[in-house]
Amino acid sequence: MTLKIEKAKGTPLALDGDKAVALAMRQMNPDVVAAYPITPQTEIVMRFSDYVANGEVATEFVPVESEHAAMSVCIGASAAGGRAQTATAGAGLAFMWEVLWVASGTRLPIVMHVVNRSLSSPLNILCDHSDTMGARDAGWVQLYGENVQEAYDNAIQTIRIAEHPDVMLPTLHALDGFIVGHNMERLEVLPDEAVRKFIGTYKPEHSLLDVDQPVTYGPTDFHDYFTEHKRQQIAGMEKALEVIPLIGEEYGRLSGRYYGLVEEYRLEDAEFVTVVLGSTAGTIKVAVDELRERGIKAGLLKIRCFRPFPAAVVARALGHRKAVAVLDRSVSFGAQGNALFLEVCTALLTNGFAPKVVNYVFGLGGRDTIPAQIIQVYQDLIKLDKVGLVGPTLRYIGLRE
Amino acid sequence: MKLKTWKEVPIGGLITDAGNSVQYETGGWRANCPVIDAEKCSHCMLCWVYCPEGAIRVEDDKVVGIDLTHCKGCGICARECPRKAVTMGKEAAVKEGVKV
Repeated sequence: MTLKIEKAKGTPLALDGDKAVALAMRQMNPDVVAAYPITPQTEIVMRFSDYVANGEVATEFVPVESEHAAMSVCIGASAAGGRAQTATAGAGLAFMWEVLWVASGTRLPIVMHVVNRSLSSPLNILCDHSDTMGARDAGWVQLYGENVQEAYDNAIQTIRIAEHPDVMLPTLHALDGFIVGHNMERLEVLPDEAVRKFIGTYKPEHSLLDVDQPVTYGPTDFHDYFTEHKRQQIAGMEKALEVIPLIGEEYGRLSGRYYGLVEEYRLEDAEFVTVVLGSTAGTIKVAVDELRERGIKAGLLKIRCFRPFPAAVVARALGHRKAVAVLDRSVSFGAQGNALFLEVCTALLTNGFAPKVVNYVFGLGGRDTIPAQIIQVYQDLIKLDKVGLVGPTLRYIGLRE
Repeated sequence: MKLKTWKEVPIGGLITDAGNSVQYETGGWRANCPVIDAEKCSHCMLCWVYCPEGAIRVEDDKVVGIDLTHCKGCGICARECPRKAVTMGKEAAVKEGVKV
């Protein structure tokens, strides 16, 4: 791509993740936002409805009665040719589950901001990734951000990914509830005009309101074509793997902050590597720096794009390490390891690598994970390399045994 | 009808040609087949009004039979016919919805 993009002058602000996302939504000025408040996402909807009330956006805001309705309204709005967005968390995302598949199967480029929250029961409003992992197979592109800046930057990139003609898939980006959602951090925001130019205008090939070119949305689709339509969705995901880094590059030239499918931290010569999604990457970077000072070759592979899963990139990044720990912030009960671990293992195996890999569950229901615990994980990896696997493949960080 | 590949059909299950349901043959779904008794039929067209598939064949304002490539055998025509001129029969006994 040879697009000429001048770097825009950013404005430093102090915002929490929810407010940063609401600000990004204001700058994107969607045609329709349908949302229902749920902790820890409520602030996004609150702040955005202020923008609507103040006339700062031209958005039709639909205060729906539930998340199922929120996503359904977004589906209608998107099929009608509009730009539709919503935001949710935890149980709200779970309540959308049925219609998430309708959005992706109908190839509607809806954007969703998810503030990660655990799923009950027992009742818990704090962060883990059970909600988005519950939606991992629903055909949505999934990005994960580490901090407030990334939540803001991802929010703006999702719309471009979703609407790319080769992708045309609904796209969500996740930020960790409370840890990113409610913590105030310094970030740089782009000028409104720069965001408007970056996202451009949306010209759908088809729309329900196009009376000159009438189309049917959502017809019955049986055994004779259903598989073909699913194969098309897979193709959209495959294309997203190419498109996401291109948009991340373009966004980099605009903002100075470049994004790919993954982020490698001190990985070049690393022997012991952890893999993680979300805010805990920040904690791990602190631990890696400390271990490096002690002469231990520690590194981090942060996965930004979980759906589609960048298997080849991950396999290349991890294939030749002495030992790898995959950290999962959710549980796939009864599975042979948890969501991220299974992806990493499959990526390694199918690309011809077999380093020692173990799986850690951490941070469930908002439990803090501190650098000392991460350092212990690396020490476990060193031991694993020296003496081989002792104990189970599935381990826990911070569990009272 | 030759089925298209995944690269040939519009994405998202969209139907982009209006009125193409005529190409989708649903007659194979039928278990019982409507049979019109031409003697009893007064051509009131109620069956034509009620048929959800538009499978009642009409020529010159007269009911002349059933389009069996699309009739799913739901039996609504038989239920609604005021003169009981339509009955649901076994497949083998009829041709084009008329007794043979």
